[in-house]
Amino acid sequence: MSLALVNFFPTSTAIPFIKARFAAFVFSAVTILASIAAFFVMGLNFGIDFTGGVTLEVRTEQEIDAGRIDEMRTLLDGLGLGAIELQGLSELTEGSECFGNHCALIRVQPQAGEGLDAERAQQAANQAVQTALTAQYPLIEFRSVQVLGPKVSGELVEAGILSIVIALFLMLLYIWFRFEWQYSVGAVLALVHDVIITIGMFSVTQLEFNLSTIAAILTIVGYSMNDTVVVYDRIRENIRKFKKKPLGEVLNFSINNTLSRTVLTSVTTLVALFSLWLLGGAALQGFAFAMIFGIVIGTYSSIFIAAPLLLVTNVKRDSSDS
Amino acid sequence: MLYFANWKIGLILAVSLLGIWFAAPNFSPVPGQTVNLGLDLQGGSHLVFEVDLPGVAAERLTGLSSEANVLLRQQPAIPTAANAVIGEEVVIRVARADDLEEAYTRLQSLSRPVGDGSLSLTGGLAPRSVSFIRDDEERTIRIALTDAALIDIRDRTIAQSIEVIRRRVDATGTTEPTIARQGDERILVQVPGESDPTRIIELVGTTARMTFHLVRADVAVGADGQGRTPPGVRIIQQDDLSEPYIAVERRAMVSGENLTYAGSTFQEGQPVVEFRFDTTGAAAFGRVTSQNVGRRFAVVLDDVVISSPVILSPILGGSGIIQGNFTFESAYDLAVLLQAGALPAELTVVEQRSVGPGLGQDSINKGTIAVIIGFIGVIVFMLAAYSMFGIFSNIALMLNVTLILGALSGLQATLTLPGIAGIILTIGMAVDANVLIYERIREESRNGRTPANAIEKGYSEALSAILDANITTLIAAGVLYMLGAGPVRGFAVTLGIGIITSVFTAFVVSRLLVAMWVKGLKPKKLPI
Repeated sequence: MSLALVNFFPTSTAIPFIKARFAAFVFSAVTILASIAAFFVMGLNFGIDFTGGVTLEVRTEQEIDAGRIDEMRTLLDGLGLGAIELQGLSELTEGSECFGNHCALIRVQPQAGEGLDAERAQQAANQAVQTALTAQYPLIEFRSVQVLGPKVSGELVEAGILSIVIALFLMLLYIWFRFEWQYSVGAVLALVHDVIITIGMFSVTQLEFNLSTIAAILTIVGYSMNDTVVVYDRIRENIRKFKKKPLGEVLNFSINNTLSRTVLTSVTTLVALFSLWLLGGAALQGFAFAMIFGIVIGTYSSIFIAAPLLLVTNVKRDSSDS
Repeated sequence: MLYFANWKIGLILAVSLLGIWFAAPNFSPVPGQTVNLGLDLQGGSHLVFEVDLPGVAAERLTGLSSEANVLLRQQPAIPTAANAVIGEEVVIRVARADDLEEAYTRLQSLSRPVGDGSLSLTGGLAPRSVSFIRDDEERTIRIALTDAALIDIRDRTIAQSIEVIRRRVDATGTTEPTIARQGDERILVQVPGESDPTRIIELVGTTARMTFHLVRADVAVGADGQGRTPPGVRIIQQDDLSEPYIAVERRAMVSGENLTYAGSTFQEGQPVVEFRFDTTGAAAFGRVTSQNVGRRFAVVLDDVVISSPVILSPILGGSGIIQGNFTFESAYDLAVLLQAGALPAELTVVEQRSVGPGLGQDSINKGTIAVIIGFIGVIVFMLAAYSMFGIFSNIALMLNVTLILGALSGLQATLTLPGIAGIILTIGMAVDANVLIYERIREESRNGRTPANAIEKGYSEALSAILDANITTLIAAGVLYMLGAGPVRGFAVTLGIGIITSVFTAFVVSRLLVAMWVKGLKPKKLPI
């Protein structure tokens, strides 16, 4: 008898995940190739953190409709600062300052220059935009202003790439230390798979790729690893328990053992993330979306990539460490 | 796993109560520290300035070049064919090869011990400030700053700059500014509540090197600033449209370093800056003004003349006023700059992030709603999935969020907008440990174990997976904290704290609750 209100899973499942491994490998390989192709063909829509330049969020008393956007664009294009992106922000939450169409996002491309002059040029561009807008709309409010020179943005790119590489490397070491090398290779390949596909998704959708995206990718790495470790832990336990069974069967049995947990945890995490995505505001939307995508990919890779890879690397059966 | 010694129960209660105690000021009027909001939530400006260290090093080399000149001119003078700063070296070429040895010996006195001159801790001699490379064929001596000297220059310049910036920013009445070194050559200035940093940038970005020079009325200066300048005279810009350029003597009568006081006041309804020199400055100023009554002198600030009055009578008291194109605010700011002293190097803004109070409040409101809805969603789900055991994990989850807030308040860590995302994510992931345990208990229960036995087994078998899973996420959070910039660090902080508190609440607290329940009710069947 069970008192749970909902029984999400049958008492035990026997889905032949391992049999589907070739289909999964092909699917993943194609997706990875597509991601790499998208990255080189379409590139990423880098945010100001990585390109430098100026972004401003403004609020005006007047409504910012299409006409006002055009008016602003003409005004700002006259400053000769290069490409300027303008986008109205509509806000549905009553009580927020932007309720109605009163806010807009302005992005000025990075200004050219050498050394410290380039840094000063970004500041000058910011001043020029603010002065021009204040002259035209005396009551304009600058809700947020970000000015980044090429030095800092260049360093952020380096730090971003480095952080992902270091995280993957540390995971590799940790799993090697706790399990066998076959496990750590499988786990890290699955992580690389998740990272590449997530970046590919950002390339295809052209969603802004910024510092919070890096944070999201690292968290996805952590989460996917978490999932993989749980499955591996059970595989290690079952390998010792069922010494006579073929490895494929043990792997499949272990994935099914942990399946309800894998799905339930994904669901609770997704519940929280959907709340963030829908209610957390524009600044966190990109992060939440990346995480939602990553949770799905990470869960998939733990089951269909990380575990079957143990069959490929032919994990040791007589492992004696505890 | 289900037996808890009394002292353990006491410890768990103590930790929980401590967390609640620290978190309490955030919910109630209990006095105490609340969560420290980041600039993106409370509004304010985050500015990063780069210190022009190459500029300081270049100045130091120019100084070495002229010191070398003085040494070589001492009797008997050594004629030189060249003495110039080339790249990062001073290159001196003597005219006669025979003089090279003597020149090399004389120049040795340019090298001084770096630091305070005492023996270093390792017992060796203190490192020297310059190195010499002698080239007999070329008849040259190349002088360069040593790495030790460059590091010393860097550290001193940055420490002095921070000191000057602090005095300047404090004078604006800003509340609780943060001024700190960032990396090797940068200074971070954070000003909560100030969403328009223009004035701060101007105050901090001005070098404020002030000097007084005699004006050379005899040198003709064109409207475009061109003119024939005799040696020792230079033409500089003036902050006055009726006379945009002015010729002054290169040598300063007295410099801003000799100021002991500067303040703004009014004279005949005009804002002016009054100042006072120290004894050295007063003596020099008195001497020059006595000898040059009727001539003009120029007050030069960062290579721009801000005022060029006529000397009506000798100024002997060492104090005076500067009249210029001032508004009250610009006079006040100049006084602040002079009083705080000049910056030892030029500063350039390389990063600026400002958030107005409206956006900050919007972010807090949205973040709070997202946390509450996410929390309710997870609680309802856990209750639906595990009924009675769902209640245990939900109590643990509530305690978890309280502990996160308590830790943030107690450690005075900064909560940023991405930090709120970290809390929401933790809420979703924290129950993972409970899910792992409960699923294991279900399994063991199906395998025919008694309730107490299944629970015991569930907790013990899930432990290694829980630890491994959380340590890997902690690694990701740690890397993000080390390499992440700005607000993203706030995400790493809440994620990291959340992982630690969730292991405690999901594994320890929920186990205590389950143990008490098993002991009290002795269930025959598990409601799971």
